[in-house]
Amino acid sequence: MESQTTKLVYCNCTYAKVVPEDTKRQVLAQLAAAGVEFDAVADLCDMSARKDPALKRFVDAGDLRIAACFPRAVRWLFHAAGASLDSDKVRVLNMREDKADAIVPLMLRGQTCEAGAES
Amino acid sequence: MSKLDGVNLRVVLYEGPGAATLDGDARFEIMSSLLNAGHELTFTTSRDRIDSHGSDFLLVLGRFDERPPDDVSAGNGVVDVLFREVGGLDAEHVLALVNQVTTDSAVRQRGQWKPWFPVIDFDRCTNCMQCLSFCLFDVYSVDADQKITVQKQDNCKTDCPACSRVCPEAAILFPKYRKGPINGDVVREEDLKREAMKVDVSALLGGDIYAALRTRQRDARERFSTERDESRALLERKRCLKKLQDNLDIPDEVLMSLPSAGDIQERAARAKAKNEKRMQRSQTVKDQRPAPSVDDWGI
Repeated sequence: MESQTTKLVYCNCTYAKVVPEDTKRQVLAQLAAAGVEFDAVADLCDMSARKDPALKRFVDAGDLRIAACFPRAVRWLFHAAGASLDSDKVRVLNMREDKADAIVPLMLRGQTCEAGAES
Repeated sequence: MSKLDGVNLRVVLYEGPGAATLDGDARFEIMSSLLNAGHELTFTTSRDRIDSHGSDFLLVLGRFDERPPDDVSAGNGVVDVLFREVGGLDAEHVLALVNQVTTDSAVRQRGQWKPWFPVIDFDRCTNCMQCLSFCLFDVYSVDADQKITVQKQDNCKTDCPACSRVCPEAAILFPKYRKGPINGDVVREEDLKREAMKVDVSALLGGDIYAALRTRQRDARERFSTERDESRALLERKRCLKKLQDNLDIPDEVLMSLPSAGDIQERAARAKAKNEKRMQRSQTVKDQRPAPSVDDWGI
């Protein structure tokens, strides 16, 4: 069994309707069903505006995969909160443009399932 | 208090040692309802990885076997950790439980503000300050290095992307905007061509925006003294605002928050009265001043 080395972050974009509801729902459902550890945030924009220290913690954790929106937006939202993303360690998956079927396998690649179903 | 202040709570859905596993559907329903209510959460199966992520306190939810684990660490820094049993509760009741904790603990209220504010792409920004000159709501500022920065995010007018439209480099994003490149989508060649055609607010007003506004105000005063026609001026103002609104995609709400004609007249009257008072005071001081002696003139 591979060890979990990559932090997974899912953004629910709660305060706007710009990410297709169906995509958000399917990505979250499949992450939850896979039983892998992950962080889910209500809205990265909100966290960036508050300069939430969690953003810095995510970056400092090492390799990171983020299911959110456009990579350019995510990158500068983190930067605005004082947490610069290292492009070698971060992969941003865009739920505004891509379907859940394309996003979930990339999020779960190499992740350890500890709480139930296999990824 | 700013819309952004308050105690931060992180919810942890715990399925590690000492707690039972939820089925995937139940886990999803709980997560979904908490996220839609604005909560941040961590799903973990290891007590070593219960991390505060810098939050002020942690609320750990789980189906605990007997009693909650009492030896969890909360990552770096000391935070309050609260445990709650969620066995037998559906997503709706779990949310009610979490909301009760947030009410009791003065946690920042969620959903008070749609996080709408500009985000600067510093790979593109040339620090030209047009956004700072343009924004009416003091959203922008400069940092110690004289670099443009977004300082008062919650001053920004929801759904107004106007400053991004005056940026000549397409360097201002509003991630919740519906279209690219303002929403963060890749900037394409055609976007840049469109940006190049934008009105350069600063150049249009002759470089120094404030000097230009003063000149405009003086010219307008002189013109109005000879051809005063308030209804024509109001009509012109409406026409200009409509044009600005269409060109820059400014929502009605922002235009509504601009001062009305009545407000402007009231301000003008106040300014006039203040000026007259100042003139009077200055005259009184002059009258009271003793006439200069020969020595005062240095003769």
